[in-house]
Amino acid sequence: MSGTIAPERAPGTGTETGTETGRSPDGVIEAALPWVTLVWNDPINLMSYVTHVFQKLFGYDREKATRLMLDVHRRGRAVVSSGSREQMEHDVTRLHAYGLWATLQQQ
Amino acid sequence: MTAVKRTRRGLVVSFDEVEASLLRHLVGEVRTLLAEDEPSVRDAPRTDPARSAGRQAVGPGLPTDAELTALTGLGGLAQSARDLAGPGDREAAGRARPDDPALARLLPDGYRDDPDAAGEFRRLTESSLRREKVAAAERMLAALPADGPGEVRLDAAATETWLGTLNDVRLALGTRLDVTEEMVEPDPDDPDAPAYVVYLWLTELQGVLVEVAEG
Repeated sequence: MSGTIAPERAPGTGTETGTETGRSPDGVIEAALPWVTLVWNDPINLMSYVTHVFQKLFGYDREKATRLMLDVHRRGRAVVSSGSREQMEHDVTRLHAYGLWATLQQQ
Repeated sequence: MTAVKRTRRGLVVSFDEVEASLLRHLVGEVRTLLAEDEPSVRDAPRTDPARSAGRQAVGPGLPTDAELTALTGLGGLAQSARDLAGPGDREAAGRARPDDPALARLLPDGYRDDPDAAGEFRRLTESSLRREKVAAAERMLAALPADGPGEVRLDAAATETWLGTLNDVRLALGTRLDVTEEMVEPDPDDPDAPAYVVYLWLTELQGVLVEVAEG
């Protein structure tokens, strides 16, 4: 992501959300919700814009949206939602409409 | 720099003549790029760069559309995407990812490691995504000052439209420029230097819009 406009916020706001260890951002066990939406890092989208989109699309508060954005930026990707395949296809479509690089996959 | 201020009735964006002209051109190019498969839009005379290019200056002393196209290169992208567009795309079981890198970035795959699922997802969703982006670009074009400088007032919905369309323009231009997170500004003699300056201006405008919108 491009940090030209929005410099990285201070770290330490809990980036260890467990998104790589089988839990959704909401802490729901993966077996119940086997599909996830991933957002991938890219060099064009602004950090502030990505955070804004996470808040608008998913209703996340600014802290959670910022944490997910930083996950995308630092780890190259982050799980931003989980649920049924149909729900994830919907989320991916919405993210594409905003220009984010999103995919879905079975966890 | 384009000024953005927050008022009780939404955001107010003030453009000078050159900024408004440049933005109209860029948004028009992205609209054309995205509308390739929509003949009714593609053939609309006012956005077909082949018809308007070089014919008419957008304002006294301002660059012509052809000069703006040369500056940003987006018109060339739209043309190459049109050349690549084949009639067979819709016949296949899935739909192929656009060959043009900028268009592929605007319309990404929905599945990363499953080409069949990606093709099927694209077959089901790409046309509506294109229409949605084209409609957003048209709303922004309709709101921009048509001639000369001007102010545009944006309510919450229009702000989202503008953020998304500005992002589409940045994605298309940034992909063409092959920008990276550590990119340094090109040498002034680099043929890409003018387009990079435009990219930085768009980046700043979008950043300010997000900042003011978030309050």
